[in-house]
Amino acid sequence: MTFVRVMGFSLLILLVYTGFANILPQVQGDPPKEEEIDAGSLDMAGMVSLGQQLFSGKGTCTLCHNKRLRAPDLLALDLAKSFPQRLADPRYTGIAKSKEGAQAIGEYIHESMLDPSKYVVAGFGKKGSGDTISQMPKINLPPISLSPVEINAITAFLQDRAGLTPTIALPSASEAPAPSNDAGEEEEGPSTTAVAALEKFGCSSCHDLEGSEADIGPKLNGISKKLDDAKITEAIIKPNAEIAEGFEADTMPDDFGEQMRVSELNLIIDYLKNLPENP
Amino acid sequence: MKVRNYLGLFLIFSAALLLLFPELLLAATDSGDIVAGAPRPSRLDYPKIADINSRTLVWGLAQMHLFLAAFVLAVPLFAISMEFLGHLSGDERYDNMAYEFMKITMSAYSLTALFGGSLALGLFVLYPQLMGYLMKVFRGQVLVYALLFLLESVTLYLYYYSWKALRYGNAKWCHMSIGLVLNTVGLTLMFVANAWATFMMSPTGVDPTTGAVIGSVWDATRNPLWNPVNLHRFLANIAYGGAIVGGYAAYMFLAEKDKELKAHYDWMGYTSNFIAIAGFLPLPFAGYWLMAEIYSYSQQMGITAMGGILAWLFIIQAVLIGTIVLAANYYLWCGLMRTDRGAEYAKYVKYIAVVIVGGFLVWVTPNSLILTTEEIRQLGGTGHKFLGPLGIMPAKNTAVNLMLVFTFLSFQMFYRSSRIPTVSWARQGNMVIIALYVIGCANIVAAGIYGYLTPTVYKVGASVPQVVTTLSIIIISVTIDVFMLRGAKTTKVHWGRMPERSQYALFVLPVAFTWLMGLMGYIRSSLRTSWHVYTIMKDKSPEAYIPTIGEAGNTITIITLSFMAIMVFVFWLSRLGETRQEKPT
Ligand code: HEC
Ligand code: HEC
Repeated sequence: MTFVRVMGFSLLILLVYTGFANILPQVQGDPPKEEEIDAGSLDMAGMVSLGQQLFSGKGTCTLCHNKRLRAPDLLALDLAKSFPQRLADPRYTGIAKSKEGAQAIGEYIHESMLDPSKYVVAGFGKKGSGDTISQMPKINLPPISLSPVEINAITAFLQDRAGLTPTIALPSASEAPAPSNDAGEEEEGPSTTAVAALEKFGCSSCHDLEGSEADIGPKLNGISKKLDDAKITEAIIKPNAEIAEGFEADTMPDDFGEQMRVSELNLIIDYLKNLPENP
Repeated sequence: MKVRNYLGLFLIFSAALLLLFPELLLAATDSGDIVAGAPRPSRLDYPKIADINSRTLVWGLAQMHLFLAAFVLAVPLFAISMEFLGHLSGDERYDNMAYEFMKITMSAYSLTALFGGSLALGLFVLYPQLMGYLMKVFRGQVLVYALLFLLESVTLYLYYYSWKALRYGNAKWCHMSIGLVLNTVGLTLMFVANAWATFMMSPTGVDPTTGAVIGSVWDATRNPLWNPVNLHRFLANIAYGGAIVGGYAAYMFLAEKDKELKAHYDWMGYTSNFIAIAGFLPLPFAGYWLMAEIYSYSQQMGITAMGGILAWLFIIQAVLIGTIVLAANYYLWCGLMRTDRGAEYAKYVKYIAVVIVGGFLVWVTPNSLILTTEEIRQLGGTGHKFLGPLGIMPAKNTAVNLMLVFTFLSFQMFYRSSRIPTVSWARQGNMVIIALYVIGCANIVAAGIYGYLTPTVYKVGASVPQVVTTLSIIIISVTIDVFMLRGAKTTKVHWGRMPERSQYALFVLPVAFTWLMGLMGYIRSSLRTSWHVYTIMKDKSPEAYIPTIGEAGNTITIITLSFMAIMVFVFWLSRLGETRQEKPT
């Protein structure tokens, strides 16, 4: 009896805690998602709005730059006033020292992200460093790791907020931020049959599969005679490791490894293994 | 000298060596071939076994291992203190209680190892890339760990089985030396494991861009969060061990009919509650240091903890700690019934209750109204969003400090209720203590108000005088009491004269502690966000997200339940060991 009462009591406490955890706001902390950006089509206005997105999104700037004053509240400050003051401050020793104008302020903002300790806003330095070491992480390094184009976009955004015409260079198509690995994953569940998986990843548009008669890639019939499981796996997730005779490297996409679920890969391998040599 | 004395000397010597030169253990040979950086696994590098959620599995195993390990490390720690106390005071109760607990630890020990083994297996099978990298970083330390584990087993068995053989006089000292070695080895084990966990949060000794191993094992071990976590876990273990023993004693108290045994278990419950609270009182300060080190290592990580989605967890933490403090105090107040003069003090209980409940309420009140999920979503895209300010820190710090001061007061009242001072300056002494409390509390409140009025960046500074005040009240009044109650007339403490409901308060402690530890484990791991090794090795597994509080809460509850089931089994086993079937006639 004592046992039952004690256990019941303990369960009750646990239930209260669990219930409490379940009534608080439920937010899942997803890993940063890379938005697909068509860099070729970005004009300056596009860069500014990309910068704004990055500022509160992937760049996580608002984590610190907000009204709780862990860092200067860049969205509330009058940047048109504060930035020129920074450049004129004798404590500032960076590249834009004693310069003026939109170009110089752009350089200052850019530098603030790559080398924050070049100028530490008074009162915000690391404890005990006397405002010589910034607490702000270098934005081009992990964990934030923004690309040069993205850093330019934020620079443009902040220049714009300071009432200046952005001076950064527009990105060329090849500089575009890497397209997302995870895009679309949320909506689409994993395929449950091999045929659906082949369809999803478009294998039959290059290989002669399901009667597609495509010939960009080699025939896969009887592949199990030629390659063992491990080799087939490698051919799919690292296609350029070994190139099939008579075909060119870099034709088959090399990011299936990132896109496929393990279950899908297994389905496909199973399917390919059992493809008869002569259909 | 007898053989066992040599043995004792040898063990003391090795313990001293370990304590003085921990690097000895940790320095391992550099194997020059480690030039490659940290692996960059893709999703496919995470083996998928059936429909098992790898993270939840490893989470569960790790947490279970940790609970058991905390218990198995904590019990010897206070077994040896009890043993020491018992030896000094000649009070056999301490020794018997310590022995009773070591007995239970013995069956928990093999389960700890079992879960440790499963955890290692799970990690190597499900996260081969990460484990491969950690092995590269920590090289020979893994072997050292295995050796230590062996040593731990040997000393644990030695300590337990020699208890009766080395019971009195010099032999007792020899026995306590074995206990000392046992605890040294145990703590070192924990410190080594902590090095791995903290390396993943604040890696050092590796190249920051590639993750290539450039430093020694000691460099990776000595990362910025290692010592704060060591201290935090050390204190928490003591509190946790005390809480579990308290739960056991409470259960036995309720189940036992025999008056004498009831008295024994009541005393055991009181003593372990004392230990639990003694370990618990400094914990907020250790937590403070840990948080400060996190901020100084990476402001981003600090803010993710206190201002991002994890911020809500500190509200739950406040609720848990609040229930722990309330339960412990309630138990102490009930305890005033054990002494004849207790009633004189009982009239103050209602005031203490007001402060504790009031503090609790301040602590759990968020500054802004609770945001809805939608509002939180709008604040940012990636999960590192900041929420509305979470209660004002100075108010919360003031509340915590007052709660701690008054919990201590509850102890002091019980302690004094069975002692009448005989020194001539008793009246003045009491006045000083009262003044100390009054001035101290005023100071804590004033510092809180000051903190409230100053800008955010300096707010943290205001909490230091509060902590100092709290500690001063405790230390000075203990010192005064020691002198004032010297030679005091003691009145009888009627152990066993406790209402049944008081024992339920003792159950709140282990349950809340277990859940709290689960919660803190979840927070600690989540601080790495989507990194296996923060800034060095990305987590590309399908579960690289921070689960919602509800999901985490459910998981923690399930783990806690499993742990409780195991503890019930362990207790039952140790009772079974004593049961003897009558020979049929
Ligand atoms: C971990 C917190 C943190 C994060 C994240 C962060 N910053 Fe900062 N930032 C600071 C701190 C603290 C300062 C003030 C110290 C200094 O001047 O370096 C600062 C200063 C700055 C300044 C100079 C402000 C001035 O008034 O001169 C700029 C510009 C800036 N940050 C931009 C950014 C951008 C853009 C991002 C996001 C890509 C970002 N920061 C992310 C903490 C952070
Ligand atoms: C853009 C065209 C293209 C697509 C789409 C494509 N492949 Fe390929 N595949 C190739 C080419 C070209 C080769 C030969 C060169 C090489 O080995 O990389 C090849 C080679 C292979 C091989 C090795 C054949 C051998 O004989 O060594 C396998 C297996 C394979 N592909 C499977 C797949 C699967 C499964 C998919 C769908 C998930 C797929 N491929 C999608 C173009 C493609």
